[in-house]
Amino acid sequence: MIALEKRPQPSQAWTWATPVLAVLLTMLVGGLMFAALGTPPVEAIRTIFWDPLFNPQFASYSRPQLLVKAGPLILIAIGLSLGFRAGIWNIGAEGQYIMGAVCGAAVGLAFYPAESVLIFPLMVVAGALGGWAWAMIPGLLKVKFGTNEILVSLMLVYVAESVLASVSSGLLKNPDGMGFPGSRNLKQYPSGANPELIAGTGMHWGVVAAFIVVILAYVLLTRHVLGFHIKLSGAAPRAARFAGVNPARMILFCLGTAGALAGMAGLFEVSGPAGQITIDFNSGYGFTAIIVAFLGRLHPVGILLAGLLMALTYIGGELAQLMLGLPGAAIQLFQGMLLFFLLATDVLTNYRVRLSNKAKGTV
Amino acid sequence: MDLTSINPVLLIASLMVSATPILLAAMGEMVVEKSGVLNLGVEGMMITGAITGFAIAVNTGSPALGFIAAAAGAAMLALAFGILTQFLLSNQVATGLGLTLVGLGLSSLIGKPYEGIKSPTLPRLDLGPLSDIPVLGRMLFSHDIMVYFSLALVAAVWAVLKFTRAGLVLRAVGESHDAAHALGYKVVRVRLLAILFGGACAGLGGAYLSLVRVPQWTEGMTAGAGWIALAIVVFASWRAGRVLVGAYLFGGITVLQLNLQAAGAQVPVALLSASPYLITILVLVIISVRGVHGAPASLGRPFHASH
Repeated sequence: MIALEKRPQPSQAWTWATPVLAVLLTMLVGGLMFAALGTPPVEAIRTIFWDPLFNPQFASYSRPQLLVKAGPLILIAIGLSLGFRAGIWNIGAEGQYIMGAVCGAAVGLAFYPAESVLIFPLMVVAGALGGWAWAMIPGLLKVKFGTNEILVSLMLVYVAESVLASVSSGLLKNPDGMGFPGSRNLKQYPSGANPELIAGTGMHWGVVAAFIVVILAYVLLTRHVLGFHIKLSGAAPRAARFAGVNPARMILFCLGTAGALAGMAGLFEVSGPAGQITIDFNSGYGFTAIIVAFLGRLHPVGILLAGLLMALTYIGGELAQLMLGLPGAAIQLFQGMLLFFLLATDVLTNYRVRLSNKAKGTV
Repeated sequence: MDLTSINPVLLIASLMVSATPILLAAMGEMVVEKSGVLNLGVEGMMITGAITGFAIAVNTGSPALGFIAAAAGAAMLALAFGILTQFLLSNQVATGLGLTLVGLGLSSLIGKPYEGIKSPTLPRLDLGPLSDIPVLGRMLFSHDIMVYFSLALVAAVWAVLKFTRAGLVLRAVGESHDAAHALGYKVVRVRLLAILFGGACAGLGGAYLSLVRVPQWTEGMTAGAGWIALAIVVFASWRAGRVLVGAYLFGGITVLQLNLQAAGAQVPVALLSASPYLITILVLVIISVRGVHGAPASLGRPFHASH
């Protein structure tokens, strides 16, 4: 009989071993899935995880993409991880990302065609504020009325998508666009553009921001009392209350930070890699960031690594689509499976598996 | 705007059709939550049901087989959730989210070859003289069998929860799993069965979308219906009758919104298409102001016999 015995404390070793185990399991089961789809599994896995980085033919194009894709994922996931640690479930980062992009782009386009070094910083602030305000809706409703933040933040994703559809064919539409929906291309507006900073690396301001945020989050969580309070609120809400943590302020801080970071990610994307506001501007980063946050163990350094890995699956997925004709949705499923396997193997972190002869005390 | 172009009889008839997917999914989720498990993966199970049902119905030409396959497919996905949360004791919120992500990916993977195909759809049930009643007949008695099945399901769930021993055990497990365990009830088994039931219901709801309501397959076609079903369970304070009211209210709003768009109302289209979600938020706020009553006490708490 296999029995589970609760560990007095989560195992440190397993905490970091389970993500690796989950990745390996996902590769194994994903490989089986690819085989079922008629793609040679080993080749598919190699195309996804190896070729984007080391294949001489593709690496020059794919390597910069790694940072381009990882930047927004890390930025959003860091924000989400603070809330998840405190037991606040913001799953509407996708909506906050859209609103950040819309608000930031609107500020930039309002100044068009004036040129000034102040415009881009102003756009970043507007983007952060846009995302922050969108996240404040579930935050304030939760604090004031106790409304469930999971459902409200998710519903607001659909509302944000309607707003995006509306502005891209209305308010922010390119007046010179010959009637096509979509805004002016910010890449062609030097003051509002978020260009590649070092040619050939994919490094843009959003990636810089992501690295800075990783460091700030690390300091916050390990060196600052606020970080301690966040962890305490999640682990023992009652103890946190006795320690003088104000739950309402904690909710607003966590949701607000997550929203602001997601909004900034949206702005960096719309002014850089995407270039313009279009109906289908958002690409699901807000949801994938949830996987990144968990895969990174809600730890800033872990999220950095998980963000890079998840970016790799995006690029490798595109490559596999191109080279092997693998359907794009297979990668989405692959990413979802990763989260599933992670949650499944997590049992090893919190429980000890015992093989015993007695059937008693089992599940 | 021409309000007279909106026919109240047709409005109510289409309200019932538009509410059915959410009603089915919400009924299933209510039973799951009554057993003390919070499964946030309704959206993923619904869309998996939608594509499974669609694919089987197209390939066999039988919508009935489609519905059965949808229930089975979504229940399989729910089983994965059940194994993770009940045996491997994973976090229910995170696992539910994962289930939604997996379901969305899985469905668009299966669904690629089915885009743009029309499926065989359910015939209207001929209820003889009932269907011939002038206004009421068109309004209430001219639907397909799934509409009536969903209504029967509401009655059945209500009766089972209220009058039977099985319903009592289910509620006991949801209110206090420790007490239920001490009394010798198999907490994990009861919860697994509830999770499977919830999955099957969500699958039926999804298949109703792709086989009757639309009837076509498009990627991401559930568009938040699963999340709205979750909201309706909260709105209903975990009572079967109120789930029905909530789902029909919501169906009414959706249909009215579509009718207003068609009638050329002087309201921005973006606002109208966002209205179901905005109204859901509004309803959630109103409910929480009143105070959430009736939530099962063990909702979302993991159970392990050693605790």
